[in-house]
Formats: sequence, structure tokens, C-alpha cells
Amino acid sequence: MRLLERAGFGAVPGQAEALVPLGLVGAVQSLTQPSGSAVLSGPPPTDDEGNPIAPADAWGHDHLWWLDRMVRSNQPLVERMALIFHDWFATSLANVSKQQQMIDQSNLFRSHCFGSFLDLFRAVTIDPAMLQWLNGNENYKWAPNENYGREMMELFSLGADRGAYTEDDIREQARALTGWRNDWSGEQGAYNFRFDPNWHDYGDKTVFGQTGNWGWEDAPRLCVENKFHPSFFVDKLWSYFVPGPPPDGRREELIGTYTGSGRQIRPVLETILLSPEFYEGPPMVKPPVVQLAGMLRALGRGVDTEAWIWLCEEAGQRLFWPPNVSGWDDTRWLDTSRMRARWNLVTYALEGISVNPWSDEYSTTETAEEGLDRAIASWGTPALREEHRAELLEFAQRAEKLVVAPWQKGPYRAMRQNALLQLIGVSPDLILQ
Amino acid sequence: MSPRKHTCCDGFTRSQLLRNAAAEAGKGLPAIEPGMPEPAGTGLSRRKFLSRSAGLALAVYGASKIPLSAFETGIAQAAQNEKILVSVFFDGGIDAMSVLAPVGDPKYSQLRPNLGFAPGAGPTFSEDTRLQWHPAAAGLATLHGEGKVSAFPAIGYDHPDQSHFTSRHYYEIGELQVGYRTGWLGRYLDLVGNDENPLQGLSLDGDLSPMLATSNVPVAAIDSVDGYELWSRTEDPVESEMFKSFARFGSLPSDSPGLMQVRRATSQTDKLRQDLAGVGDFSRPVPYPETWFAHKLAGLAAYINVGLPLRVVTIRAAGGYDTHAEQAADLAGNLQETCEAVLAFQRDLEARGLADRVLIEMWSEFGRRPEENGSLGTDHGAAGCAFVIGSQAKGEMVGEFPGLSSLDEDDNLKVTSDFRGMYCSLLEQWLGYDAEPIIPGAAGFARPTLIKP
Repeated sequence: MRLLERAGFGAVPGQAEALVPLGLVGAVQSLTQPSGSAVLSGPPPTDDEGNPIAPADAWGHDHLWWLDRMVRSNQPLVERMALIFHDWFATSLANVSKQQQMIDQSNLFRSHCFGSFLDLFRAVTIDPAMLQWLNGNENYKWAPNENYGREMMELFSLGADRGAYTEDDIREQARALTGWRNDWSGEQGAYNFRFDPNWHDYGDKTVFGQTGNWGWEDAPRLCVENKFHPSFFVDKLWSYFVPGPPPDGRREELIGTYTGSGRQIRPVLETILLSPEFYEGPPMVKPPVVQLAGMLRALGRGVDTEAWIWLCEEAGQRLFWPPNVSGWDDTRWLDTSRMRARWNLVTYALEGISVNPWSDEYSTTETAEEGLDRAIASWGTPALREEHRAELLEFAQRAEKLVVAPWQKGPYRAMRQNALLQLIGVSPDLILQ
Repeated sequence: MSPRKHTCCDGFTRSQLLRNAAAEAGKGLPAIEPGMPEPAGTGLSRRKFLSRSAGLALAVYGASKIPLSAFETGIAQAAQNEKILVSVFFDGGIDAMSVLAPVGDPKYSQLRPNLGFAPGAGPTFSEDTRLQWHPAAAGLATLHGEGKVSAFPAIGYDHPDQSHFTSRHYYEIGELQVGYRTGWLGRYLDLVGNDENPLQGLSLDGDLSPMLATSNVPVAAIDSVDGYELWSRTEDPVESEMFKSFARFGSLPSDSPGLMQVRRATSQTDKLRQDLAGVGDFSRPVPYPETWFAHKLAGLAAYINVGLPLRVVTIRAAGGYDTHAEQAADLAGNLQETCEAVLAFQRDLEARGLADRVLIEMWSEFGRRPEENGSLGTDHGAAGCAFVIGSQAKGEMVGEFPGLSSLDEDDNLKVTSDFRGMYCSLLEQWLGYDAEPIIPGAAGFARPTLIKP
């Protein structure tokens, strides 16, 4: 279960059972080595009126578009890795002119998520959304802009305060990256991104003590060849899957795997997903969209409302709008505001699954145990901690005792069912992975 | 109820995005095209703050040096009987020639063969019988009949800009310039407001209106007028039992930091729910339509009633008004939703005895082209409409309808009143503050009389 939760968005009914015969290695590889392109099964996403979504054009539909892929793709780890790299190379629509450019960037993450980190890094470096976000398109030889040059080392590949680079290295990297530009129009926003030799600084630059006529392809290469990079990479990737840093032996193993494979992402990922710490260590709080996608999968519901846009925003994770270039803060997913938003996410997710207390149709004889079993089954039978199950059962019994008049028998049981569904959704079992 | 969807042209989508970006202050500045103004409102830091005295989860903008705890005191101590201005924005450029349709103009049926209204389709506008109200604006027509609406049938400015983005920016900052970072209402608040009351400038749309962008004092935006509620499909007594179990999830022992984090958030959330119970549960002395926009205005009336220290409030009208295609149905639905709610809001204020403290200003960034286009819609135009509404409104038209026989060089409606003159009058006659330091070039604008003597 943990594998499906952390390397995807939780199981759909029957999925966990299907993985069992593969064994652990086979199960991991079924996720890290998907074949062909992703298949999306189930009803396609719509707005509240049932119209198809317009991810490139309609406000917030980019968020719905990705949420839908999380819910429906048969390659969940690809979506999860794309989300990880969206956080790693956090780019926001706050400074990007078109939703399509954000979608394109996420597709870049999908296509590179298991391959060479250098290939990914290079692709991101000249990605139109990133060029706008960190001013790579305003970086020319007459006045280099250091924004990307700094973040590519501090946040993307080496880490701050480790002695990996100096302020001079930042300036020289910025010079190496000069030359990218684009055009503007009222219709298209930023478009026609291209390298303009006239904007590029062809002089020698010295980065990490190496001097050469470095260009945009060299800047990321110099970073990944820096001796501080492998430990940064494995620690950062690890942090998305296991709370706390890797134990020393594991870190050495991961670094060895990374450098030995020519800095490929997949082998490191497989090592993490096969490590005992992944399975035996403590739980982590799910990011809000991960919890939501998992709930929709478990409930068998597609993306059919625009409410997910603002509900996810309130819960702290609007896709394509990370809070800043360092991404979301995974240590602060929950406070009273975010927790209330998660409660309301659950309420909305249960639309169509909750029952109508006043329909006169609900059982007037259902027992507490039967009510609880029904609610757990509606959620796709998630594993609940024993003390939570006991509390739910106690609630179900207390609720039954509230019936004092015959007319209350059905309605109160229906409300009990709705309350059980709600409580399971907001229980630590569904918030943690 | 759910927020309505916008249907709009590509350019507008983009400007919408940029606006959204602009108001997401603190998340980086939005991309600006050469020649396009930066929106006001950028660069303000944003912090989340739950005001217990106001019962609201506020996104507070600006004044980053003030500790959040000071706002609690500030809100409690601020004056509670100020005059209030509510700005309602028709986002996208509403078709003024539909809101007040010139059915009596000889050129009208020629310019609007498909979109035109038949004479008598809506109430006649008594101050100029060439004009007739859109049937969906019946709420405004009613209030106009009571002498509570001052209409501007052709408002704008010289050399009108037909970009949503640029023109809206002008209206937001109160000046025909690019690059201002403060809004006209924000500058007013900088002069009269204080450091500790973010409710003095409040946006009800979740993000901060650039009109409210200040230099010094804090302002706020709220996602919801409903306080701090946890929604469920249960009722008491079952609901109370449910929350007991929710609280229990928060108090059981933890064996890991992650679990402890969930438990702590759970128990704090339940506690806050109890502390703030009923705060957002406002009453409605008059019926409102069952729409999201009406719900927000109903909440606003309740806030004013309980004495929240508001001065200027902004809200977007229901729906979007960038009607390039299939205009008739979209416009009618959104306009009706807006006008019915405004009428209910006014009736609510009257019922609560608050109507003399509140004035509503409705505006849009421009009007639309007199000649309809080939997609049963209208393209961007020049002169638009605005309305000043309230029990204290003078109720007299400002600037005449210029007629359709003489259009400007782009075949658009000519402007007969300047929005900056309207702003000067609102500041001086309603808010009681000299417009000179707030509206650049204020001395040069004629002040229409907007308030009853």
C-alpha cells in the first residue's frame, strides 16, 4: 500500500492485489518502467456543467487537467515524479504568460522523469516557462541577469551554504546562460523563444575553477559534475519519499548508484523504493492534491467540478502556482486553515456518495457495525489504524442511541453514514501516506 | 452555489491571468508585455491571518512590519461608523448599449440588427427616453425609479484604450498612466486609514483588487464570507457527535512526527471551529437570490451590521462581460444575477437602517463597439456605463447619452463624462476627503453632484 501511495496516488479497488504476484522488485519496476504512453481510463474531466475542460485557456483548468491525470493515468509514478520535479524546479504562473507553457513544462517533466538528470536540467534551463519565471529571457551579454544562474545551483543542483559555489560562480554562470530571448504579442504573450548569438557572451567564463567559452549547455553540466551535486541530488529525491535524511550507508549506496549510472534518475528511484526505510519508516503528510487524487480514485469519481481549483488553493496547493521558486514547504502542509480546507475537500469529494438523510430510503435497522463497514467500503477499504476504527465504531453506536422517536430511525442512520464517510476522509489514515 | 465561469477571448484570458498574478502578491511579479502597464497591487506582501474578533480568515496585504497580533486589536478598536464605498466591477467590459439600450436612436437597429432590443422590451429610462433598461437590469431600474441611482451612460476618458488590461489599470489607479503601484482607493486609505485595521480595505473575491493596493496601510481579501465552518451533510444531534470523534482523532497518542502533526492540526481545527461557531452564520432580514454573488453581498451587509470597521470594499460582479460571441444569453444571465443581488443588498441595508452609510459604485473598464460583430457578440469599445447607487445617491444622470449618429474615429461611442471626475466626487462628497492628493490632476476634473444635498 505504501508503495502505491507514495509512488502514485493510492490504489484503485483491486490494484494492490494485482501487484502482489509480482513481488516487491516486480511491483517497483511496474511503476518505474512503464511501457508506451500513459492510458487514461474513466470519464474525462469536465467543468460543473459537464463541458470538457479547456486547460490552456480557462482559468484554473490547467489545475484540473493535471489533477485528472493523477486520478486516471495508468502510469501514476510518472505523474508523481512530474509533481516532484514541478516542486524541484518550482515555476509559477505568477510570472509565465500562458497556461499552455506550464502544461508544456509539466510534460517535459513527464518525458524526462526517469532518465538522465542532466538531460532534464538542460531541458528545464531553456524551457519557455522557466525562461520567463527566472528571467532567462532577459539575460543578455550587456547586462547579465543572475536569477537563474543562482537558483540553478542553490535550489536545483547543489544547495546553499555547502561551499559548492561562490558569488563569482553565479555571475559567470549567468554569463554562460546569456542569449535566450523571445517575442511578445498581445495575442500570444511570450512566444518564439530562441537562442540569439548576438545576445550571447562568447568570452571565457570561469565556473568552479574551470575556464572555457561556456554556454547554456555547459552551465547545467558543470553543476552536475560538481562534486557536491550527487549528495544533493540523492538527498533531495529521497526527501520526497521518506521522512528524515537517508542513513549514511544508504546515502553512500544511492550516491554510488547515481554516479555509477551516469546520473540517471531511475536507478536511484528504484533503490529508494526498494529500501527498508521506505517501508518501515514513519508516515508522511500527503500533499493536498495527492490526497485529493487518492480520494477520487478510491471513491471511483472523476474530475467533474471546478471547485477543486479553489479548494486546493485553500488547502495550500494550487498546481502551477507554487509559493515561490523553492516549491512547497512539505513541513507545513497542515494548520487550522489548511486543515479546514482538507475537511472541505473531503466534503466535496463525497458529493454523490453521501446519502440524503431526508429521502426516506435509508435503512431504519442498520447496525453500528454495518454502517461502519458500508462507509469503509465506500472509501475502497483503506487500512485504518485500530484506534481510529474503534473510535468510528463508538461514534456509530453513540449516534444510534440518539434515536428517540420512530421518525428519526432512518434519517439519523443516514446522517451517521455521512458522518462516518466524512470522519474516515479526515482521519490521519487518509491524510498520511 | 459555485463561482461562475468566465467565457472570454484569448486576450482577456491572458489579462485575467495577469490580474490573478498581480493580486497573488508575494509570489513574484507577473510577466508584463512591453508597452503594457504593470498592474497596481504587485509587490505587496501577503500574510494569512485569522481574525477572531472578525471571525474571518483574512489574507492581509502590505504593512509587513506590523505583527499580526496588532491587527486583532486594531480591528476591535477601529471606528465602526464610517461611510462605506462598495465597488462592483463588471469584469471584461460590459456592453453599456445593452444595459441602457438606445432603442430610440435611429441608428440603433442598424448597428444592432441581431442583438438589439425591441422598444418596450425593458423599462424606459426616465431621464432620457431614448434609452431603455436591459430587462435583466430590472433591479437597477427599480432603484432608479426610487431616485437612488446616478447613471453615467457614456463614461470613460480621452483617447480611450481598448485593451482590457490597460483600461482597467487606468480605472484601478485613477490616472491615465502605466506603472502606478497603488490603487486610487489604496491611496485614499493611505491617507485616512491606520496601520492596524486591514478590514479598512476589503476584497471579497479571494484576491486583492489592485484598486486597494496601498503604500503603507494594510488591506485584506477573504475567500469566503462564511467564517470558519466545517461543512458536512449531517445535522445535530448527529453532527455534534461527529465532531466529538473528530476531536478525539486529534487527542489520541502519536507514535511519529507526521501523525503528531495531523493530530495537532485536527485538535486545533476543532477548537477554532467551536470558538468561531456562529460568527459567519449571518442572518438575512430580506430574501436574496440563491447565487454566489448574492451570498457575498448578504455576508457584507451582515458584516456592516455587526460593526466591522470597513471603509472601501471591492467585489467582482457575477460572471464575465467580455462578450465577443453569443452575447445575449451570457450577458442577460450575469447581469440579472448581479442586479437582483444589488437590489437585495440595498433592501437589506434599508431594513437594517444602514442604507445611509453605504454607497455602491458599479463600473467596467470600457463599453463595447456599437456595431455588433459577426459572432452575435460585440468587440471592445470606448465609452462605457457606470452607476452610483444608494439611499444617499443624488439619482441624477451624469453626462448625456451622445447618440449613435456621431461616433469617434474608431466607430465607438463618444465619452461624455470622465471617470476621474466621478472618483473626485466620490472622495469629496461621500468619503469626505479632498481628491487633490489622491487623483492626479484632480483640479482639472468637473465634479458631478453624486450625493443628495
